[in-house]
Amino acid sequence: MTELQPVIVGAGPAGIRAAQTLVRHGVRPVVVDEAPRWGGQIYRQPPPGFSRPKSALYGFEAGRADAVHQAMAGIVGQVDYRPDTLVWNAADGVLDVIREGRMDSVPYQQLIVATGAADRILPFPGWTLPGVYTLGAAQVALKFQGCAIGSRVIFAGTGPLLYLVAYQYAKAGATVAAVLDTSTFEHKVAAAPAMLRQPGVFAKGLYYLAWLRLHGVPVHQGVRLERATGDTRVTSLRWRQDGAVREQDCDAVGFGYALRPETQMADLLGCRFSYDEQQRAALPERDPAGRASIPGVYLAGDGAGIMGADAAEWAGERAALALLADAGQPVDSAREASLEAKLSQCASFRRGLERAFPFPADWAADVPDSLVICRCEEVTAGQLRQCAHDTGAREMNRLKALTRVGMGRCQGRTCGVAAAEILAHASGNAIGQVGRLRGQAPIKPLPFAALPNVGVGP
Amino acid sequence: MTERIRSDVAIIGGGIVGASAALFLRRMGLSVVLLERDLCGSRSSGVNYGGVRRQGRPLSQLPLAQRAHALWAELPRLIGIEGEYVRSGHLKIARSEADLASLENYRERTRGYDMGLQILSTRAVRERCPWLGAAAIGGSLCPEDGQANPRLVSPAFARAAQKLGANVRELTPIDMAAHDGADFVLTSGTALEVRSKYLLNCAGAWADRIATQFGDSVPMEPGHPQMAVTEPLPAFMNFSLGVEGGGVYARQVERGNCVIGGGKGHALDDLRARVQASGLASLMRQAADLLPALRHAHVIRTWSGTEGYLPDRLPVIGPSATTPGLIHAFGFAGGGFQLGPAVGAVLADLVRDGKTATPIDAFSISRFPSASGAATAGLEVSVVV
Repeated sequence: MTELQPVIVGAGPAGIRAAQTLVRHGVRPVVVDEAPRWGGQIYRQPPPGFSRPKSALYGFEAGRADAVHQAMAGIVGQVDYRPDTLVWNAADGVLDVIREGRMDSVPYQQLIVATGAADRILPFPGWTLPGVYTLGAAQVALKFQGCAIGSRVIFAGTGPLLYLVAYQYAKAGATVAAVLDTSTFEHKVAAAPAMLRQPGVFAKGLYYLAWLRLHGVPVHQGVRLERATGDTRVTSLRWRQDGAVREQDCDAVGFGYALRPETQMADLLGCRFSYDEQQRAALPERDPAGRASIPGVYLAGDGAGIMGADAAEWAGERAALALLADAGQPVDSAREASLEAKLSQCASFRRGLERAFPFPADWAADVPDSLVICRCEEVTAGQLRQCAHDTGAREMNRLKALTRVGMGRCQGRTCGVAAAEILAHASGNAIGQVGRLRGQAPIKPLPFAALPNVGVGP
Repeated sequence: MTERIRSDVAIIGGGIVGASAALFLRRMGLSVVLLERDLCGSRSSGVNYGGVRRQGRPLSQLPLAQRAHALWAELPRLIGIEGEYVRSGHLKIARSEADLASLENYRERTRGYDMGLQILSTRAVRERCPWLGAAAIGGSLCPEDGQANPRLVSPAFARAAQKLGANVRELTPIDMAAHDGADFVLTSGTALEVRSKYLLNCAGAWADRIATQFGDSVPMEPGHPQMAVTEPLPAFMNFSLGVEGGGVYARQVERGNCVIGGGKGHALDDLRARVQASGLASLMRQAADLLPALRHAHVIRTWSGTEGYLPDRLPVIGPSATTPGLIHAFGFAGGGFQLGPAVGAVLADLVRDGKTATPIDAFSISRFPSASGAATAGLEVSVVV
């Protein structure tokens, strides 16, 4: 069985645990990762030479971060590890990649897709001003480079990351001018029973909130973001709460509405998708072990649907066991069952999180026509509504064809969620009925300079 | 409950050809139902490169291309939008003296078609196109050829036809087409039955299947042109570009993105096609040689489509060889976007008058020996799409 050479895409918690599991069974996988060092987004490592301790970088998660890092360090000699390698296309047994800036390809027979998540964005007026970041980007600046996005920062949106990042910034010495949560305190109370399925995680969440309040950080719940203002850079943020308009000065804003799975590769592979009510998105289908609808393709971690970093570790291991079992290798069935039980319990906890930090489903109704939804192509909410009205467009790819929304550098990875919300609202359809943007290569922009012998000469 | 529609003309295929036929037929006052399996203009008509060019076409296509040229000039009046149509000029580049001789020869042969072709010397190309790579040693400029946005233009033809009263049915696949001796009868499952006096087969890369059902067999093959687009770049390319001998073509849209095309993608299935890494690398290399400004750019999106190719690379336009009232228009070999509006006008002529002033003999379906000869049309009920 050692002739198996599966490929794992992504070296975050899911990819690393998958690799570790394969190595334990005598298999040497290829591990392809976009980042220069392993850890994924959640446990992203600073560049070599940076000296902040893990406790400062990852807070409560330092132990888990260290365990995941150590796991990869322990097997790196037994895997074909290819960092700095971006997969831009995937089909028919081959990944097309840019490896250290050059075009290359990676053949596979079995593939574990552990592509992770990105911020889920809902724009507000002023969101393209310098100084406005996503929550994830604000966290990356801190974890990767030890930089803050500003010295008086407002964090806004909703989701567990909102409080975590605010806490991390405050601990790092930044002034957190306010935390603005679009969900309410009542949402969190209602969600508490489900969240107690993972009391440790729940307690951490409460701890961040309590810590922020104790340290004088204003936390406002049940808000609606109105506008970021500023000339060359954001200088204040305005919001509505209980019918009143309030405003706070700041020099940076971090915002986001939880996370969105990076499903483009699963899409290019031809995996079947179905709409997931809880995550308000079309997700690649998978069985409890992580098998996708395409034989030989396995999905693990947040890239297949947001489950969080702990679940990603279990899902990575579970997918690797499924891969091994499918290849005829004996695996520990008790371990398989226990992983699936943990994942199932985690799914209940996620349902609680969605209740505690609900997506603002009425967002599209309030959006002004002038708001830029797609910043790559400068498409406004008004243009999207006009298109739906004038042409009868009811489906995302049609909307894209007619307005350019999602056609730019990000290929809809940033604006797709918001555009779908606008289309659903404008056409009077449920969000699940407007479809999803078709994945098209390249997943991320492909430089001409990656071609051999291009980028030199006159 | 089956909905029943009776119409003078039924059109299968809501691409630019079928939709413009619907538009011109409505202008003549005939009743029209336009049947589209997906969304109008969502296949090759909507995802092609967007070249609106006469230069380089075989002589037999030039009368049709001239008629189209006149229709493109009044595009906003026809379809209600500008569609990003610009007469930027189309420059066909020579990379050798032999290429240049070939371009000069083409100019001589096409003098009667009013294209105003200008041969550019090496020096003229350097002066007028300093952004071209060293491989270009000359070219042929057609000043009034240009480009448009197919994503906008092709669906707009269907909307314009609908505004004039055409019955446009999207998401309506036709699974049975036949002639019962009196009428064409088309059905879409049990939901819809259409009866008409005339049937226009404008089903693009899938039109051969419909033709075959009526005994008109044609050796059409699907092909998948490969396309890519860069992020917006500062405006530099003032012409739409082709290359003598083919291989690569490029244009820069007003927003600044460069659209490049060339080579073949591959089919995912009957409906969908995609670019391949090896083909894309080759396309990018050729484009960067032609346009050094691209060396520091990125491809942000690639795509392909499914188009019909006949062995002589000419379309089929004209009456069925077997079934009166059936008229075909398909097999445009990647060159149908510019012709589309004129083909629609010709189809409308043929329905109303039984003839057209635009020469189309070269496109007769009878140039292919029919496999069966005798019509299988009549009462036979067949699955066609």
